[in-house]
Amino acid sequence: MPRRVAVTGVGLVTPVGVGTEDTWKGLVSGVSGIGPITRFDASKFSTQFAGEVRGFEPRRWVSPRDAKASMADPFVQYAVAAGSMAMEQSGLVIDDSLAEQTGCFIGSGMGGLTTIEATLLALQTKPPRHAFSPFFVTQLIINLAAGQLSIKYNAKGPCYSQVSACSSGAHAIGDAFRLVRGGDADVMICGGSEAVVTPLGVGGFAAMRALSTRNDAPSVACRPFDLDRDGFVLAEGAGVLVLEEMEHAKRRGAHVLAELEGYAATADAHHITAPSEGGEGAQRCMRRALADAKLDVTQIDYINAHGTSTKMNDSTETLAIKRVFGDHARKLMISSTKSMTGHLLGAAGGAEAAFCVLALERGTVPPTINYTTPDPDCDLDYVPNTARDLKLRHALTNSFGFGGTNACLIFGKA
Amino acid sequence: MAENIQEKVMKIVSEQFEVPLDKVALNSLFMDDLKADSLSVVELVLAIEEAFGLEIPDEDAEKIKTVGDVVNYVKARVK
Repeated sequence: MPRRVAVTGVGLVTPVGVGTEDTWKGLVSGVSGIGPITRFDASKFSTQFAGEVRGFEPRRWVSPRDAKASMADPFVQYAVAAGSMAMEQSGLVIDDSLAEQTGCFIGSGMGGLTTIEATLLALQTKPPRHAFSPFFVTQLIINLAAGQLSIKYNAKGPCYSQVSACSSGAHAIGDAFRLVRGGDADVMICGGSEAVVTPLGVGGFAAMRALSTRNDAPSVACRPFDLDRDGFVLAEGAGVLVLEEMEHAKRRGAHVLAELEGYAATADAHHITAPSEGGEGAQRCMRRALADAKLDVTQIDYINAHGTSTKMNDSTETLAIKRVFGDHARKLMISSTKSMTGHLLGAAGGAEAAFCVLALERGTVPPTINYTTPDPDCDLDYVPNTARDLKLRHALTNSFGFGGTNACLIFGKA
Repeated sequence: MAENIQEKVMKIVSEQFEVPLDKVALNSLFMDDLKADSLSVVELVLAIEEAFGLEIPDEDAEKIKTVGDVVNYVKARVK
C-alpha cells in the first residue's frame, strides 16, 4: 500500500498575527496586516509600506543567547518560531528511534538580508575586525533556518533549503512530502521563512516596479484580482508544517489536520519575471499536481491563489486556472490571502499551505479583501471581502517565483 | 581603576553570554562553566576590544579561558 502523508502541525508568523490562532482569526475576519514601514526610514522610497510582523518575541522560542547571536537574523527566528508552533501542535517527541527518520526543509528566497545590510553599514565606520560578528555567516545563509530547527528538535534526517524565490516554501513542503511518501523520512518539519522588509529588499523590488505605490492607503493597497491593483505588497514571516506518515500519525493517536495529496514543480523556461503565455508553466504544474493526487478537476473546491496583486500575475493565473479547470473554474472558490498578509515571498508557499490546511480542517474559506472593481480579465469567484463557511473536500495552492518557477500543492480533508 | 576593570569585564561577560551577573566569577571557564561556544568567545573578545580600546591578537585570545584571564589581560594593558 502506498504511504500517505498527514499534516499534524502548522505554525504561522505573519503580519496578520503571530501564531496560528491570531493569524487565522485575522484572515477569516478580513483584516489587513499592511501598514507604514517602521523598521527603517522609508520616506525617500517610492513604496513606504509593507507587511511587518508585529509583537514578535523571539525569546519565546529561541534561547536568549541564540536570540542575540546565532539566530539573530529575523528570517531564522521566524522559522524557528513557526516550526516550534507546528511541532508543539503535532505533539511529536523526536526520540532516538525517530531522529534519523525526521528531517527539516525550510525554504527562503533571500535569507539573511537584514544581517548583510547591518554588517555592510558597520563596515563604513568600523574596521573589518569589529564590523563583522563571528555569527555573520551563520545568520545569513539560507539553510540555517532548517539547521536551527534540526538542532532544536534532534532531527537527524535530510536538512536543507529550497531556494526558488516566491515558491521556496511550497517547494520545501512538496519535496518533504515526497520524502515521507517515498519512505526516506517519517516526519518532516517544512515550510518557508522570509524577512526582507529592509532598505535593500524594498528598494530592490521597487526598482523592478513590482510594488504597489498606494502610499496614502496601505491597508487597501494589496487588491488581488481587482481592476485597480497596482503591484504586490512586500511582507515577511514564516509558515511551517509538520508532515507525518499517515499510519505513524494514526498509531500515536495524533489529530490529523489534513492530508497532503499531491505536488508538482515546473518551470516556464520563458522569462526571468514575466509568466509564460497563458500561464503555460502554471497550467502544467496544476495538471501534474492533480495527476499526482489522482484527482479530477471537479474534486477541487478551493484554490489559494498565488494572487500577488500585480497586473500580470492575477490575469495570467486566472487564465491558467480556466484552461486547467474548464467549466469547473467557475464553480470553485479562489482567494488570495496575500490581500491580507501581503507577499511573504519565500515564506508565502509555507503560509498559504497552512491556510489551505486550516480551511479544510475548519470548513472556512478566507476571503480576498479590497475587492471592489471587477477586472474583465479576472472573472472567477475570488471570495470577495467576506469569508465563507463551507465543507471543503480538496484545496490547491499555487506558488510562482521569479526565474519562472512554479509549485502546486494539493491538500485533502482528513 | 583596577576594581572598575573587573566590574566592567564581568558585566560584558554577563551580557555577551546571557548569564546573570551573580553567576560570573573570576574563575568561570567560558566554555565549561558559562556554556559558551568558540564563536561566542570570539564575540566576547571583540566586545572587550571595543570596550577597552585594545586589539587582542588571536594568539593571545586563544589563551584566554576564564573571566580572570580577561581581567588580568586588560589590567596589564590599560593604564
